[in-house]
Amino acid sequence: MLRVDITKQLGDFSLTASFTSEGRVTGLFGASGSGKTSLINTIAGLLRPDRGSIVIDGETVDDTAAGIHVPTWRRRIGYVFQDARLFPHLDIRQNLDYGRRMNGLTEDPAQHKRVVDLLDIGALLDRRPGKLSGGERQRVALGRALLSKPRLLLLDEPLGALDESRKLEILPYLVRLRDEAGVPMVYVSHDAAELRQLATQIVMLRRGQVTAFGGVKVLTAGG
Amino acid sequence: MFEISPTEWTAILLSLRVAVVATLVATPFGIALAWLLARRDFWGKSLLDAAVHLPLVLPPVVTGYLLLLTFGKRGLVGGWLADHLGIVFAFRWTGAALACGVMSFPLLVRPIRLSIEAVDRRLEQAAETLGAAPWRVFATVTLPLALPGVLAGMVLGFAKAIGEFGATITFVSNIPGETQTISSAIYSLIQTPDGDAAAVRLVIISVVLAVGALVAAEVFARRATARLHGQ
Repeated sequence: MLRVDITKQLGDFSLTASFTSEGRVTGLFGASGSGKTSLINTIAGLLRPDRGSIVIDGETVDDTAAGIHVPTWRRRIGYVFQDARLFPHLDIRQNLDYGRRMNGLTEDPAQHKRVVDLLDIGALLDRRPGKLSGGERQRVALGRALLSKPRLLLLDEPLGALDESRKLEILPYLVRLRDEAGVPMVYVSHDAAELRQLATQIVMLRRGQVTAFGGVKVLTAGG
Repeated sequence: MFEISPTEWTAILLSLRVAVVATLVATPFGIALAWLLARRDFWGKSLLDAAVHLPLVLPPVVTGYLLLLTFGKRGLVGGWLADHLGIVFAFRWTGAALACGVMSFPLLVRPIRLSIEAVDRRLEQAAETLGAAPWRVFATVTLPLALPGVLAGMVLGFAKAIGEFGATITFVSNIPGETQTISSAIYSLIQTPDGDAAAVRLVIISVVLAVGALVAAEVFARRATARLHGQ
Protein backbone atom coordinates (compact mmCIF):
# COMPACT_ATOMS: atom_id res chain seq x y z
CA MET A 1 0.00 0.00 0.00
CA LEU A 2 1.18 3.50 -0.79
CA ARG A 3 -0.26 6.63 0.74
CA VAL A 4 0.89 10.02 -0.45
CA ASP A 5 -0.26 13.41 0.74
CA ILE A 6 2.31 16.07 0.04
CA THR A 7 3.03 19.53 -1.26
CA LYS A 8 6.38 20.58 -2.66
CA GLN A 9 7.49 23.89 -4.12
CA LEU A 10 10.21 23.70 -6.78
CA GLY A 11 10.99 27.18 -8.02
CA ASP A 12 7.85 28.45 -9.77
CA PHE A 13 6.39 24.97 -9.89
CA SER A 14 4.19 23.72 -7.14
CA LEU A 15 3.33 20.05 -6.69
CA THR A 16 0.33 18.88 -4.69
CA ALA A 17 -0.57 15.22 -4.61
CA SER A 18 -2.84 13.20 -2.41
CA PHE A 19 -3.85 9.62 -3.11
CA THR A 20 -3.86 6.14 -1.63
CA SER A 21 -3.14 3.22 -3.87
CA GLU A 22 -3.62 -0.46 -3.14
CA GLY A 23 -2.91 -1.37 -6.73
CA ARG A 24 -0.17 -3.65 -7.91
CA VAL A 25 0.89 -1.06 -10.46
CA THR A 26 0.09 2.57 -9.82
CA GLY A 27 0.51 4.54 -13.02
CA LEU A 28 1.50 8.18 -12.74
CA PHE A 29 0.27 9.68 -15.95
CA GLY A 30 0.82 13.16 -17.32
CA ALA A 31 2.57 15.29 -19.93
CA SER A 32 6.18 16.32 -19.40
CA GLY A 33 6.31 19.07 -16.82
CA SER A 34 3.26 17.75 -14.99
CA GLY A 35 5.35 16.82 -11.95
CA LYS A 36 5.50 13.03 -12.38
CA THR A 37 9.25 12.75 -11.84
CA SER A 38 9.21 15.16 -8.89
CA LEU A 39 6.46 13.09 -7.32
CA ILE A 40 8.27 9.78 -7.77
CA ASN A 41 11.52 11.35 -6.50
CA THR A 42 9.67 12.51 -3.41
CA ILE A 43 8.38 8.98 -2.86
CA ALA A 44 11.98 7.76 -3.25
CA GLY A 45 13.19 10.28 -0.68
CA LEU A 46 15.45 12.06 -3.17
CA LEU A 47 13.25 15.14 -2.65
CA ARG A 48 11.90 16.19 0.70
CA PRO A 49 8.26 17.37 0.82
CA ASP A 50 7.53 20.84 2.21
CA ARG A 51 4.43 19.52 3.89
CA GLY A 52 2.67 16.22 4.28
CA SER A 53 3.38 12.54 4.63
CA ILE A 54 4.24 9.42 2.68
CA VAL A 55 3.50 5.91 3.92
CA ILE A 56 5.00 2.88 2.18
CA ASP A 57 3.80 -0.57 3.19
CA GLY A 58 2.65 0.68 6.59
CA GLU A 59 5.86 2.56 7.39
CA THR A 60 5.79 6.34 7.54
CA VAL A 61 8.82 7.44 5.55
CA ASP A 62 7.92 11.12 5.46
CA ASP A 63 5.91 13.14 7.91
CA THR A 64 6.77 16.81 8.07
CA ALA A 65 4.58 17.37 11.13
CA ALA A 66 6.47 14.72 13.09
CA GLY A 67 9.84 15.66 11.58
CA ILE A 68 10.23 12.25 9.93
CA HIS A 69 12.31 11.93 6.76
CA VAL A 70 13.75 8.47 6.20
CA PRO A 71 16.77 8.78 3.89
CA THR A 72 16.51 7.11 0.47
CA TRP A 73 18.98 4.35 1.30
CA ARG A 74 16.87 3.18 4.25
CA ARG A 75 13.52 3.17 2.41
CA ARG A 76 13.94 -0.30 0.90
CA ILE A 77 12.68 0.82 -2.47
CA GLY A 78 13.87 -0.07 -5.92
CA TYR A 79 14.18 2.63 -8.56
CA VAL A 80 14.53 2.10 -12.30
CA PHE A 81 15.57 5.31 -14.02
CA GLN A 82 14.92 6.24 -17.61
CA ASP A 83 18.69 6.14 -18.23
CA ALA A 84 19.38 2.75 -16.53
CA ARG A 85 22.34 4.18 -14.55
CA LEU A 86 24.27 0.93 -14.36
CA PHE A 87 27.64 1.23 -12.64
CA PRO A 88 30.22 1.39 -15.46
CA HIS A 89 33.07 0.04 -13.31
CA LEU A 90 31.21 -3.16 -12.38
CA ASP A 91 30.21 -6.03 -14.63
CA ILE A 92 26.57 -7.08 -14.92
CA ARG A 93 26.84 -9.75 -12.23
CA GLN A 94 28.25 -7.20 -9.77
CA ASN A 95 25.65 -4.63 -10.77
CA LEU A 96 22.89 -7.14 -10.05
CA ASP A 97 24.45 -8.05 -6.72
CA TYR A 98 24.97 -4.46 -5.58
CA GLY A 99 21.67 -3.93 -3.75
CA ARG A 100 21.93 -7.25 -1.93
CA ARG A 101 25.41 -6.36 -0.66
CA MET A 102 24.42 -2.84 0.39
CA ASN A 103 21.36 -4.08 2.27
CA GLY A 104 23.35 -6.83 3.97
CA LEU A 105 21.00 -9.53 2.66
CA THR A 106 22.16 -13.13 2.51
CA GLU A 107 22.72 -14.65 -0.91
CA ASP A 108 19.60 -16.10 -2.46
CA PRO A 109 20.60 -18.14 -5.55
CA ALA A 110 17.00 -19.20 -6.21
CA GLN A 111 15.75 -15.62 -6.30
CA HIS A 112 18.79 -14.61 -8.38
CA LYS A 113 18.01 -17.31 -10.92
CA ARG A 114 14.33 -16.39 -11.00
CA VAL A 115 15.06 -12.75 -11.75
CA VAL A 116 17.77 -13.54 -14.27
CA ASP A 117 15.44 -15.96 -16.09
CA LEU A 118 12.47 -13.62 -15.88
CA LEU A 119 14.43 -10.85 -17.57
CA ASP A 120 16.46 -13.09 -19.84
CA ILE A 121 19.80 -11.59 -18.86
CA GLY A 122 21.75 -14.78 -18.15
CA ALA A 123 23.97 -14.31 -21.21
CA LEU A 124 25.00 -10.81 -20.12
CA LEU A 125 26.35 -11.55 -16.65
CA ASP A 126 30.05 -11.27 -17.45
CA ARG A 127 29.76 -8.22 -19.67
CA ARG A 128 30.26 -4.55 -18.89
CA PRO A 129 27.38 -2.05 -19.13
CA GLY A 130 29.25 -0.22 -21.90
CA LYS A 131 28.82 -3.24 -24.18
CA LEU A 132 25.04 -3.54 -23.76
CA SER A 133 22.22 -2.24 -25.95
CA GLY A 134 19.71 0.20 -24.48
CA GLY A 135 17.10 -2.51 -24.03
CA GLU A 136 19.54 -4.88 -22.35
CA ARG A 137 20.68 -2.14 -20.00
CA GLN A 138 17.11 -1.43 -18.98
CA ARG A 139 16.46 -5.11 -18.28
CA VAL A 140 19.57 -5.29 -16.11
CA ALA A 141 18.45 -2.14 -14.28
CA LEU A 142 15.11 -3.84 -13.58
CA GLY A 143 16.91 -6.92 -12.27
CA ARG A 144 19.26 -4.87 -10.14
CA ALA A 145 16.36 -3.04 -8.51
CA LEU A 146 14.40 -6.27 -7.93
CA LEU A 147 17.33 -8.13 -6.38
CA SER A 148 17.64 -5.54 -3.62
CA LYS A 149 14.29 -7.00 -2.48
CA PRO A 150 12.39 -3.71 -2.40
CA ARG A 151 8.91 -3.40 -0.93
CA LEU A 152 8.05 -0.86 -3.62
CA LEU A 153 9.47 -0.59 -7.12
CA LEU A 154 9.57 2.86 -8.71
CA LEU A 155 9.91 3.12 -12.47
CA ASP A 156 10.43 6.51 -14.09
CA GLU A 157 9.64 6.17 -17.80
CA PRO A 158 11.79 3.05 -18.08
CA LEU A 159 10.97 2.82 -21.79
CA GLY A 160 11.34 6.54 -22.45
CA ALA A 161 14.84 6.36 -23.92
CA LEU A 162 14.07 3.39 -26.21
CA ASP A 163 12.75 3.36 -29.77
CA GLU A 164 9.42 1.69 -30.63
CA SER A 165 10.79 -1.77 -31.40
CA ARG A 166 12.85 -1.82 -28.19
CA LYS A 167 9.80 -0.76 -26.21
CA LEU A 168 7.89 -3.71 -27.57
CA GLU A 169 10.85 -5.88 -26.59
CA ILE A 170 10.77 -4.75 -22.94
CA LEU A 171 7.02 -4.43 -22.38
CA PRO A 172 6.38 -8.18 -22.05
CA TYR A 173 9.06 -8.36 -19.35
CA LEU A 174 7.31 -5.63 -17.40
CA VAL A 175 4.00 -7.50 -17.66
CA ARG A 176 5.69 -10.65 -16.36
CA LEU A 177 7.28 -8.65 -13.61
CA ARG A 178 3.89 -7.31 -12.55
CA ASP A 179 2.34 -10.77 -12.57
CA GLU A 180 5.20 -12.79 -11.11
CA ALA A 181 7.51 -10.67 -8.98
CA GLY A 182 4.94 -9.74 -6.36
CA VAL A 183 6.37 -6.27 -5.74
CA PRO A 184 4.01 -3.29 -5.96
CA MET A 185 5.11 -0.75 -8.52
CA VAL A 186 4.75 2.94 -9.26
CA TYR A 187 5.08 3.44 -12.98
CA VAL A 188 5.62 6.90 -14.48
CA SER A 189 4.71 7.42 -18.11
CA HIS A 190 3.29 9.93 -20.55
CA ASP A 191 2.18 7.09 -22.81
CA ALA A 192 -1.44 6.10 -22.21
CA ALA A 193 -1.13 2.90 -24.26
CA GLU A 194 1.78 1.72 -22.12
CA LEU A 195 -0.13 2.34 -18.92
CA ARG A 196 -3.26 0.63 -20.23
CA GLN A 197 -1.21 -2.54 -20.58
CA LEU A 198 0.55 -2.31 -17.24
CA ALA A 199 -1.23 -0.23 -14.66
CA THR A 200 -4.01 -1.29 -12.33
CA GLN A 201 -4.60 2.20 -10.96
CA ILE A 202 -3.97 5.60 -12.46
CA VAL A 203 -2.99 8.92 -10.89
CA MET A 204 -3.38 11.60 -13.50
CA LEU A 205 -1.24 14.69 -13.04
CA ARG A 206 -1.55 18.07 -14.66
CA ARG A 207 0.64 21.05 -13.81
CA GLY A 208 1.49 19.63 -10.42
CA GLN A 209 -2.09 18.74 -9.44
CA VAL A 210 -3.85 15.39 -9.36
CA THR A 211 -6.74 15.76 -11.82
CA ALA A 212 -8.05 12.21 -11.75
CA PHE A 213 -7.57 9.01 -9.79
CA GLY A 214 -8.99 5.58 -10.39
CA GLY A 215 -8.88 2.53 -12.63
CA VAL A 216 -7.31 2.41 -16.08
CA LYS A 217 -10.52 3.79 -17.58
CA VAL A 218 -9.67 7.31 -16.37
CA LEU A 219 -7.09 7.34 -19.15
CA THR A 220 -9.78 7.39 -21.85
CA ALA A 221 -11.82 9.96 -19.97
CA GLY A 222 -9.05 12.53 -19.61
CA GLY A 223 -6.96 11.63 -22.66
CA MET B 1 81.67 8.58 -15.03
CA PHE B 2 78.55 6.69 -13.88
CA GLU B 3 79.92 5.20 -10.67
CA ILE B 4 77.38 6.13 -7.99
CA SER B 5 79.09 6.73 -4.66
CA PRO B 6 77.65 5.54 -1.29
CA THR B 7 76.82 9.14 -0.29
CA GLU B 8 74.87 9.58 -3.51
CA TRP B 9 73.04 6.29 -2.96
CA THR B 10 72.13 7.42 0.52
CA ALA B 11 70.65 10.62 -0.87
CA ILE B 12 68.74 8.76 -3.60
CA LEU B 13 67.26 6.19 -1.22
CA LEU B 14 66.39 8.87 1.31
CA SER B 15 64.62 10.90 -1.37
CA LEU B 16 62.60 7.88 -2.41
CA ARG B 17 61.69 7.05 1.17
CA VAL B 18 60.72 10.64 1.95
CA ALA B 19 58.61 10.96 -1.20
CA VAL B 20 56.88 7.58 -0.78
CA VAL B 21 55.99 8.22 2.87
CA ALA B 22 54.89 11.80 2.14
CA THR B 23 52.63 10.63 -0.70
CA LEU B 24 51.12 7.68 1.16
CA VAL B 25 50.36 9.67 4.29
CA ALA B 26 49.04 12.68 2.38
CA THR B 27 46.74 10.70 0.05
CA PRO B 28 43.91 9.86 2.53
CA PHE B 29 43.85 13.48 3.68
CA GLY B 30 43.96 14.59 0.07
CA ILE B 31 40.99 12.39 -0.85
CA ALA B 32 38.95 13.58 2.14
CA LEU B 33 39.67 17.21 1.36
CA ALA B 34 39.06 16.79 -2.36
CA TRP B 35 35.67 15.23 -1.59
CA LEU B 36 34.77 18.07 0.77
CA LEU B 37 35.69 20.68 -1.82
CA ALA B 38 33.96 18.82 -4.66
CA ARG B 39 30.73 17.74 -3.00
CA ARG B 40 29.96 19.86 0.04
CA ASP B 41 29.06 23.46 0.63
CA PHE B 42 30.06 24.90 3.97
CA TRP B 43 31.10 28.12 5.58
CA GLY B 44 34.76 28.95 4.90
CA LYS B 45 35.04 26.69 1.86
CA SER B 46 36.92 29.23 -0.27
CA LEU B 47 39.18 29.91 2.69
CA LEU B 48 40.02 26.23 2.98
CA ASP B 49 40.54 26.01 -0.77
CA ALA B 50 42.96 28.94 -0.58
CA ALA B 51 44.81 27.39 2.37
CA VAL B 52 45.34 24.16 0.43
CA HIS B 53 46.85 26.09 -2.47
CA LEU B 54 49.01 28.30 -0.26
CA PRO B 55 52.19 26.16 -0.51
CA LEU B 56 51.98 26.51 -4.28
CA VAL B 57 52.23 30.31 -4.19
CA LEU B 58 54.19 31.02 -1.00
CA PRO B 59 57.98 31.13 -1.28
CA PRO B 60 59.08 27.60 -0.20
CA VAL B 61 61.43 29.11 2.35
CA VAL B 62 58.42 30.76 4.02
CA THR B 63 56.54 27.44 4.16
CA GLY B 64 59.67 25.78 5.57
CA TYR B 65 60.06 28.45 8.21
CA LEU B 66 56.39 28.23 9.17
CA LEU B 67 56.82 24.45 9.54
CA LEU B 68 59.86 25.05 11.74
CA LEU B 69 57.87 27.45 13.92
CA THR B 70 54.94 25.02 14.18
CA PHE B 71 56.56 21.59 14.15
CA GLY B 72 60.03 22.44 15.49
CA LYS B 73 61.03 21.13 18.91
CA ARG B 74 59.75 24.31 20.54
CA GLY B 75 56.91 24.75 18.13
CA LEU B 76 53.33 24.63 19.34
CA VAL B 77 52.45 21.33 17.66
CA GLY B 78 56.00 19.93 17.48
CA GLY B 79 56.57 20.33 21.23
CA TRP B 80 53.32 18.58 22.08
CA LEU B 81 53.96 15.71 19.65
CA ALA B 82 57.49 15.22 21.00
CA ASP B 83 56.34 15.26 24.65
CA HIS B 84 53.23 13.11 24.27
CA LEU B 85 53.77 10.83 21.29
CA GLY B 86 57.54 10.88 20.92
CA ILE B 87 57.25 12.04 17.32
CA VAL B 88 60.03 14.43 16.36
CA PHE B 89 60.14 16.25 13.03
CA ALA B 90 62.97 18.73 13.51
CA PHE B 91 66.17 17.72 11.66
CA ARG B 92 64.82 14.23 11.00
CA TRP B 93 63.86 12.53 7.76
CA THR B 94 60.27 12.52 9.04
CA GLY B 95 60.45 16.32 8.97
CA ALA B 96 61.61 16.15 5.36
CA ALA B 97 58.60 13.93 4.59
CA LEU B 98 56.29 16.42 6.32
CA ALA B 99 57.74 19.33 4.35
CA CYS B 100 57.45 17.38 1.08
CA GLY B 101 53.90 16.30 1.94
CA VAL B 102 52.81 19.87 2.60
CA MET B 103 54.52 21.24 -0.49
CA SER B 104 53.07 18.59 -2.79
CA PHE B 105 49.58 18.65 -1.24
CA PRO B 106 48.01 21.13 -3.70
CA LEU B 107 49.24 19.05 -6.64
CA LEU B 108 47.87 15.91 -5.02
CA VAL B 109 44.43 17.35 -4.23
CA ARG B 110 43.65 19.07 -7.51
CA PRO B 111 43.34 16.06 -9.86
CA ILE B 112 41.43 14.11 -7.21
CA ARG B 113 38.99 16.95 -6.75
CA LEU B 114 38.47 17.31 -10.50
CA SER B 115 37.86 13.60 -10.94
CA ILE B 116 35.37 13.49 -8.05
CA GLU B 117 33.54 16.45 -9.57
CA ALA B 118 33.39 14.54 -12.84
CA VAL B 119 31.67 11.50 -11.27
CA ASP B 120 28.05 11.38 -12.42
CA ARG B 121 25.92 12.19 -9.39
CA ARG B 122 23.04 10.26 -10.91
CA LEU B 123 25.08 7.09 -10.35
CA GLU B 124 25.51 8.05 -6.70
CA GLN B 125 21.75 8.55 -6.54
CA ALA B 126 21.17 5.12 -8.05
CA ALA B 127 23.46 3.58 -5.42
CA GLU B 128 21.46 5.33 -2.72
CA THR B 129 18.17 3.90 -4.01
CA LEU B 130 19.79 0.44 -3.82
CA GLY B 131 20.35 0.85 -0.11
CA ALA B 132 23.90 2.22 0.08
CA ALA B 133 24.61 4.54 3.02
CA PRO B 134 26.46 7.75 2.05
CA TRP B 135 29.92 6.47 3.04
CA ARG B 136 29.33 3.27 1.08
CA VAL B 137 28.21 5.27 -1.94
CA PHE B 138 31.57 6.99 -1.68
CA ALA B 139 33.56 3.77 -1.23
CA THR B 140 31.81 1.71 -3.91
CA VAL B 141 30.90 4.27 -6.57
CA THR B 142 32.55 7.68 -6.19
CA LEU B 143 36.06 6.57 -5.27
CA PRO B 144 36.41 3.76 -7.85
CA LEU B 145 35.14 6.07 -10.58
CA ALA B 146 37.55 8.80 -9.46
CA LEU B 147 40.48 6.39 -9.32
CA PRO B 148 42.32 7.71 -12.39
CA GLY B 149 42.39 11.15 -10.76
CA VAL B 150 43.57 9.69 -7.45
CA LEU B 151 46.47 7.92 -9.17
CA ALA B 152 47.31 11.01 -11.20
CA GLY B 153 47.32 13.09 -8.02
CA MET B 154 49.54 10.59 -6.23
CA VAL B 155 52.09 10.50 -9.03
CA LEU B 156 52.15 14.28 -9.37
CA GLY B 157 52.51 14.64 -5.61
CA PHE B 158 55.27 12.06 -5.58
CA ALA B 159 57.16 13.82 -8.36
CA LYS B 160 56.86 17.12 -6.54
CA ALA B 161 57.90 15.55 -3.23
CA ILE B 162 61.00 13.94 -4.68
CA GLY B 163 62.22 17.26 -6.06
CA GLU B 164 61.22 19.50 -3.15
CA PHE B 165 64.07 21.67 -1.93
CA GLY B 166 63.31 25.04 -0.38
CA ALA B 167 60.92 24.10 2.39
CA THR B 168 62.84 20.93 3.26
CA ILE B 169 66.24 22.55 3.64
CA THR B 170 64.73 25.41 5.67
CA PHE B 171 62.84 23.09 8.00
CA VAL B 172 65.22 20.16 8.49
CA SER B 173 68.51 21.46 7.08
CA ASN B 174 70.87 19.38 4.94
CA ILE B 175 72.25 16.51 7.02
CA PRO B 176 73.80 13.65 5.01
CA GLY B 177 72.06 10.37 5.80
CA GLU B 178 69.21 12.03 7.68
CA THR B 179 67.72 14.91 5.71
CA GLN B 180 69.98 15.23 2.66
CA THR B 181 67.73 14.41 -0.29
CA ILE B 182 68.82 14.37 -3.93
CA SER B 183 68.03 18.07 -4.26
CA SER B 184 70.00 19.17 -1.22
CA ALA B 185 72.86 16.83 -2.18
CA ILE B 186 73.02 18.50 -5.60
CA TYR B 187 72.98 21.88 -3.89
CA SER B 188 75.93 20.88 -1.67
CA LEU B 189 77.86 19.32 -4.55
CA ILE B 190 77.55 22.40 -6.73
CA GLN B 191 79.18 24.43 -3.98
CA THR B 192 82.02 21.92 -3.53
CA PRO B 193 85.10 22.05 -5.78
CA ASP B 194 85.20 18.92 -8.01
CA GLY B 195 81.57 18.16 -7.15
CA ASP B 196 80.35 18.65 -10.71
CA ALA B 197 80.54 15.03 -11.86
CA ALA B 198 78.57 13.79 -8.86
CA ALA B 199 76.06 16.62 -9.27
CA VAL B 200 75.52 15.69 -12.91
CA ARG B 201 74.93 12.06 -11.95
CA LEU B 202 72.26 13.08 -9.45
CA VAL B 203 70.73 15.46 -11.97
CA ILE B 204 70.41 12.61 -14.47
CA ILE B 205 68.82 10.42 -11.81
CA SER B 206 66.30 13.15 -10.94
CA VAL B 207 65.37 13.50 -14.58
CA VAL B 208 64.92 9.73 -14.91
CA LEU B 209 62.76 9.59 -11.78
CA ALA B 210 60.63 12.53 -12.91
CA VAL B 211 60.09 11.16 -16.41
CA GLY B 212 59.41 7.72 -14.97
CA ALA B 213 56.74 9.18 -12.69
CA LEU B 214 55.04 10.96 -15.58
CA VAL B 215 55.04 7.83 -17.72
CA ALA B 216 53.66 5.80 -14.81
CA ALA B 217 50.91 8.39 -14.31
CA GLU B 218 49.95 8.12 -17.96
CA VAL B 219 49.89 4.31 -17.89
CA PHE B 220 47.83 4.21 -14.67
CA ALA B 221 45.37 6.72 -16.03
CA ARG B 222 44.90 4.82 -19.30
CA ARG B 223 44.41 1.49 -17.59
CA ALA B 224 41.99 2.90 -15.07
CA THR B 225 39.99 4.71 -17.75
CA ALA B 226 39.78 1.56 -19.84
CA ARG B 227 38.64 -0.41 -16.81
CA LEU B 228 35.97 2.15 -15.96
CA HIS B 229 34.45 2.49 -19.38
CA GLY B 230 33.68 -1.11 -20.12
CA GLN B 231 37.15 -2.25 -21.23
